[in-house]
Amino acid sequence: MKTLPSLFRFRGGIHPAYNKDATCGSEIRTLAVPSSLVISLAQHLGAPAVPIVKAGDTVAGGQRLADPAGLISAPVHAPTSGKVVRIEPAPTPLGRPAPAITFEPDGQDRWDSPLEPLPEWRAIEPRILAERVGAAGVVGMGGAGFPTQVKLSPPSDKPIDTLIINGAECEPYLTGDHRLMVERAADLWEGAAIIRHILGAGTVRVAIEDNKPDAIAALAAAIPSGLENAGVCVLKTSYPQGSEKQQIFSVTGRTVPAGGLPMDVGCVVENIGTTLAVRDAVVQGRPLVWRAITVSGDAVAAPANLLAPIGTPFAALVEACGGARGRVAKIVSGGPMMGFAQASLDVAMTKTSSGLLLLSAARVSVFTSQPCISCGRCLDACPMRLMPSELSQCIEADDIEAAERYNVLDCFECGSCAFVCPARRPLVQHMRRAKAILVARRRAAPPRPKPETR
Amino acid sequence: MSDWLVPVLWVGGIGAVCGAALAFAARYLGVEEDPRIEQVTAELPGANCGGCGFAGCAEYAKAMVTAGAATNLCPAGGCAVVARLSAILGRAAEAVEPRVALVRCGGSDSEAIRSFLYSGIADCAAAAATAGGDKACAYGCLGYASCARVCPVGAIAVTDGLARVDPALCIACGKCVPACPRGLIALVPAKATLHVLCSSKDKGPTVKKVCGVGCIGCAICVKLSEGAISMDGFLAKVDYSKPLRSDAAVAKCPGHCIVKNG
Repeated sequence: MKTLPSLFRFRGGIHPAYNKDATCGSEIRTLAVPSSLVISLAQHLGAPAVPIVKAGDTVAGGQRLADPAGLISAPVHAPTSGKVVRIEPAPTPLGRPAPAITFEPDGQDRWDSPLEPLPEWRAIEPRILAERVGAAGVVGMGGAGFPTQVKLSPPSDKPIDTLIINGAECEPYLTGDHRLMVERAADLWEGAAIIRHILGAGTVRVAIEDNKPDAIAALAAAIPSGLENAGVCVLKTSYPQGSEKQQIFSVTGRTVPAGGLPMDVGCVVENIGTTLAVRDAVVQGRPLVWRAITVSGDAVAAPANLLAPIGTPFAALVEACGGARGRVAKIVSGGPMMGFAQASLDVAMTKTSSGLLLLSAARVSVFTSQPCISCGRCLDACPMRLMPSELSQCIEADDIEAAERYNVLDCFECGSCAFVCPARRPLVQHMRRAKAILVARRRAAPPRPKPETR
Repeated sequence: MSDWLVPVLWVGGIGAVCGAALAFAARYLGVEEDPRIEQVTAELPGANCGGCGFAGCAEYAKAMVTAGAATNLCPAGGCAVVARLSAILGRAAEAVEPRVALVRCGGSDSEAIRSFLYSGIADCAAAAATAGGDKACAYGCLGYASCARVCPVGAIAVTDGLARVDPALCIACGKCVPACPRGLIALVPAKATLHVLCSSKDKGPTVKKVCGVGCIGCAICVKLSEGAISMDGFLAKVDYSKPLRSDAAVAKCPGHCIVKNG
C-alpha cells in the first residue's frame, strides 16, 4: 500500500491553468546571501516577536534574534552571521508595517545554533520534541504562519489519529513544495515520522495532486520500511485542494465542523516545507531561517525555485532570476489566487513567502464590476457551500448581520467565487470587509453562549 | 326607492358608530403627552441627522422635555433654534459654538502621488485595507468618497481625488468623522481662520517625496502664528482655542499646507 487514490471529492472548486511548467522541472537553487536582509518580527500568526538583540550587535547564523511574545507567537533567528544594523518598522508582504531587524550579513556564514541535533528522536518524549519545534521558530509555511508547536500540542480531549502532509500545492505558478517532494523525499518521510511520533497518530498520508506524477513516484519509492500505515494519497487536481478542510475531506471523508478545527475530527495537516523544517529542527538542530520560494510569472526573465534566507528583499530574488522582462504590471507575493499584490519590490520575504510572481499586462485584468446577475456560478464554485452572491449583496448594503447569519466567517477567501463571477464582482474583498468588521465586533463584545434547547 | 335607502342607512349607521367609538377613544383612551414635546419638535430642523447624539429630532425633543437634556446639542439648528427651545422650556439659553467639518488633507491627485492602481470596491476603508492604501502618503485622503456618501446634506464633494467640505452646507452632525478610515475629518469652529491641511506624521523628506502640499515639520509657523500653532512631532497643529493670527503663517509655510479658510 504505497499509493492510494482519494475516495472522496470535495464539492465546488475550480480549475485554473497550472502555469507551473516554467519551474516544476528544475532543481531548487540556493541563493547567494544578499548584502542586506530585513527580518520581520511578525512572520507568524499572533503577536510579533520581541527582539533580544540591539543595533550594533554581531550575531552568528542560527542565533536567536527575538523571543516569542505569548502563547501564539514564535521566535526569530538569524539566517547567517552578520550585524544588526537597526530595529524599526518595515513594510511586509501583507501591506501593514511591522517591527523588523535590518541585518547586514558579513559573508562568513558562521553558524552557532543553540539547539543540539537530536538524531535519536524516537527515544525522546513527544512533549520535548514539540518544544524543540517551537524553539526553532517553525511556523506553518503554507502561508498562514500558525506556530507549529501549538498545532502539534492539541488538548488531550482531541486525540489525533491521522496526520496528513499537504503536498497539494494547488496555487498556479507555485512549485516549491513539488520540488521539495522530488528532491528531499527521504527527509520528508523522516519529518512526517517525527510529527506522527509527537502526535501519536496511527495513520500518515502525504496528499499529492495527480498533476505531479514525479512527486508521487518519488515519495512512494522513499517510504521507510519501518514506517507503518504510511502512504501517498493521490488527489484529483482541483483548486483549492490544498486548503486543509477540503484536503481532510478528500483524504478521509471527514467534515470539519463549521467554526471548528481539524483536530475536532482527529486530523492534523502540515505543509511540506513545515514538515521539512520540523525534521531539520529536530535532526540537525537547525532553526527555520531559509525557505524555498518560487519566483515566476511571464515578466521575470528566468523563473526558478530559490532556497533563500528569510529577510531577502524581493528585489534581490528578481535579480537572481535575471531581472524583470518587459513591463511589470503586477507583483504578487504568494500565489495568484490568495496571494497579495505588492506596490513595490522593496519588501522582504518571510517564513510564509511561498512565491513571488511578476506578471505582465497580458496576464492581469482590471475589471469594472457590475451588480450581481444571480447566475449562481459562485454557489457551484464555493468549496465551503456558501452563497457568495447573497453575501456580497448583503455586505454591499452594509447588512453585516445578515452576512454573519449566512456564515461569512466560514469563508477562507480562496477566490473561487471571484474567479468564476461573470459580473466581475470583487467578492473576496467584500468577504474580507465583513469578516474584519465581525472579528472587531466580537473582540469588543464576545458572543453570548447559545441557550440550551431541548 | 327602498333599494338604495336601506343600504345607505346601514353603512351610514356603521360609520356613525365607528366615528363615535373613535371619538371616545381619542378622548378617554389617548396617551397623555406633554404638549411641549410637539412644540419643541416643530422648532428642530427635522434633518434627523443624529448630530445631537439622539436617534432623531423627536427623540431629542422628548429628552429635552422629560429628561432635562441640554438645549444646545443640535448642530444643525444653531443659536436661533437654541433661543426658541429655551423659551419654550423656560430655561436660560446656553452658548452655542457653530462648527463645521474639515478634511485635514490637501493631497489631491494633482499634488500627491498614488502608489499603485487600486482596482476594487470604491470605498475608503476597503482601499485603506489593501496594501496600506493606494496613496503614497500613509496618512492621506484616498478619495473614494465614503465620507461624501454618509453626509446627509451633501456637503462633501470629492474632486481630483480629494474630499472637501463646503462649510456653507455643513451642519456639523459628525457622521463623516467615523466614516474616514484615516481619521482625517474633524469638527472645527466655523469662524476659525487658520487650518493646517495635513495629517502626516512622517519626517519632512519623506513627506516631500510623496506630496507637494504636505507639512514638512519645519515649525516656521509656530512663531509666525504667535502660539496658535504648535508642533506634534513632525506635524503642525492648530489650537482653535487661541486667537488665530493667520496671514504670516499662510504666506510663509514652505509646504503650502496652511490655509485661512477650510
